[in-house]
Amino acid sequence: MRFYEYEARKIVELAGIPVTKYGFCTSAEEARRAAEEIGGPVVIKSQVLSGGRMKAGGVKFADTPEEAAEHAEAILRLEINGHMPRGVLVDPKAEVKQEYYAGVVWDGTAKRPLMLFSDMGGIDIEEVAEQHPDHVGRGHLSNLLPIADFEAKQAIAATGVTGSQLNRATPILARLARLFRDHDMTLAEINPLAELTDGSFVALDAHMEMENEAVGRQKVLLRKQLEIAEDDTRETYEPSEFERNVAAIDAADHRGVIQGKDHGFEGNLGLVIGAGGGSLTLTDAVRSQGGKPANYSEIGGNPSVAKACGLAKEVLEKDGVEKIAVMMSIVSNTRVDIVARGVIKACLELGKDPAETIAIFRIPGAWEEEGFKILDGYGVEYCDRSVSMWEAAGRAVSKIQGAPA
Amino acid sequence: MSILLNKETTFIVQGITGREAVNLTRECLDYGSKVVGGVTPGRKGREVHGVPVFDTVAQAVAHHGGPVDGSVVTVPPAFTKDAVLEAIENGIELIVIVTERVPRRDVAQMVELANLRGARIIGPNCLGLIVPEVCKMGGIGGPAKDAAKAYAPGPVGVMSRSGGMTTEISSSLTQAGLGVSTAISIGGDAIIGSAYAELMPYFEADEQTQAIVIYTEPGGRMEAQLSEWVKENDSRLPIVAFMAGKFMDDEEMKGMSFGHAGTIVEGKEDTATEKIARLEAAGIRVVERIDQIPDAVKEKLGVAA
Repeated sequence: MRFYEYEARKIVELAGIPVTKYGFCTSAEEARRAAEEIGGPVVIKSQVLSGGRMKAGGVKFADTPEEAAEHAEAILRLEINGHMPRGVLVDPKAEVKQEYYAGVVWDGTAKRPLMLFSDMGGIDIEEVAEQHPDHVGRGHLSNLLPIADFEAKQAIAATGVTGSQLNRATPILARLARLFRDHDMTLAEINPLAELTDGSFVALDAHMEMENEAVGRQKVLLRKQLEIAEDDTRETYEPSEFERNVAAIDAADHRGVIQGKDHGFEGNLGLVIGAGGGSLTLTDAVRSQGGKPANYSEIGGNPSVAKACGLAKEVLEKDGVEKIAVMMSIVSNTRVDIVARGVIKACLELGKDPAETIAIFRIPGAWEEEGFKILDGYGVEYCDRSVSMWEAAGRAVSKIQGAPA
Repeated sequence: MSILLNKETTFIVQGITGREAVNLTRECLDYGSKVVGGVTPGRKGREVHGVPVFDTVAQAVAHHGGPVDGSVVTVPPAFTKDAVLEAIENGIELIVIVTERVPRRDVAQMVELANLRGARIIGPNCLGLIVPEVCKMGGIGGPAKDAAKAYAPGPVGVMSRSGGMTTEISSSLTQAGLGVSTAISIGGDAIIGSAYAELMPYFEADEQTQAIVIYTEPGGRMEAQLSEWVKENDSRLPIVAFMAGKFMDDEEMKGMSFGHAGTIVEGKEDTATEKIARLEAAGIRVVERIDQIPDAVKEKLGVAA
């Protein structure tokens, strides 16, 4: 789950990390009042879940409250990479002496959180790590032991930072590390972490992402402290009608799992496929042999006839779909006969001939004899495990496009 | 021989009274595995296919009258960490976590404790492991008769991020007359107990294993870790790899997750193209098509195709 900047600021603030006196505003009038309260020059930043704000004109400076209101008016109406802003953040224009970077990410190989610190803040940390590796300090954290301040100090000192800067930055990185672990974040960064001309440190921008699997146990932070609504899930893109329909069919019945995606697909061969790894393998196999998938899907966990039928119907009703291929890796839990019944029912209910509509049925495994018997009855071409997933995908493609050259 | 499991391996099932766990217990017993107990808090005194159910792991171990080797954990995500910690603290050294959607922090905590206690975790989000005709721990391969059809004994060790593809690939090796030494569904999450490189030393030490097949996907760094391991350890085992999800390299698929929780392209090192290049640089043969795996293994073993 992603957070807007104003929420990420609030998260670091709750963790005891100093931030500037900022205001989140949803109207020009609010922005004017926020700028008045701050006094002096301000910066107005678009609150969107997208990078490239600066380039798109979503960040502007203002010297007076009137100017702040004007900029807010424009930024609130500015779409950035397909996203409308939720509001603007009005922030004092800070007197910055130096910019630093502080971040925590997961290291999947070490299976531990990894702290990162750099005295070259304000730019992309990956770029710094590549070009100035001696300016990046690192430290792995235990998942079980308490996080101690010295661990943060070590990571910071590794970049050569010393003096009061080291002592001011240490509790900030340690607190960031603790909030990362306590709140199930997958990313927590402050960039830039600014040293102001008076020597104090403040988080000028923060970026946070929380693991979706952990949202259920972070209710105090999400619902009470940040007041994020339950249905505000922040997908990376707006789900299509197909995706919403498949999700609704899946939710209506607890047996088995179906998923469908068509973002980025617009071919003529509908895919009713499974399970996780099988779907990835089959989608590649169709594309590598010149086929044009109309969608991606996953069937698993032994769905009911109604669910398999529902998925097949949604795929068949997509614009441009001529035929469907029903394919899976060998199944042991999902039943072949149930999927067969489901896809045939879908064809019949839409007034289509299963033999013509189903380009190939390749699901070997549990209850396959029963499944193949049903398919025989409707003249649908099927195959067992002796036909590879690659070959089955190839047969489906050639039914639409003729034999491959 | 085999790795991690043998004829004498004993294990319990935590969450044994759940629907999936009841099936899994039946399948393992039918396959000849020694399921010596089950745990569901509050259900002490029941039986699942003749297997006694206890409230705690300690009771199950005491009833067995000696150390229990393993545990299959299939409890809801919110209770998984506690179940695994309970298993580790009761001396269990091999833990298969079937549960999906366990938060990363919990997995990392379990793994850190397992390392301290000398235990090994397989999964989460996996189907377990199987030694053909010897022992099956988890739902891998399905009912005993189906597992027998897909898994014959042989020289190939299989590791896969997809449970279903573990069986699909093993079945193709069996059909080709090669067979499998041990097949492991390692799990589809971003952080798992045992990645390829962490299991390689076991296969390396196993006389039966002569080659390795891995099934892999975009996301994460475990292929890079395997490549480094192979280069550093001068492994005797040839490796054949298959990479699924190449379509995810397309720009519009960036940041979208397909198939498994860990299968998402976030950085340039995560892409299929980048991973294939790394594996090949380490001398690992990456086949383009899933059906080319058996022949590629035969070629590596010097057996006529």
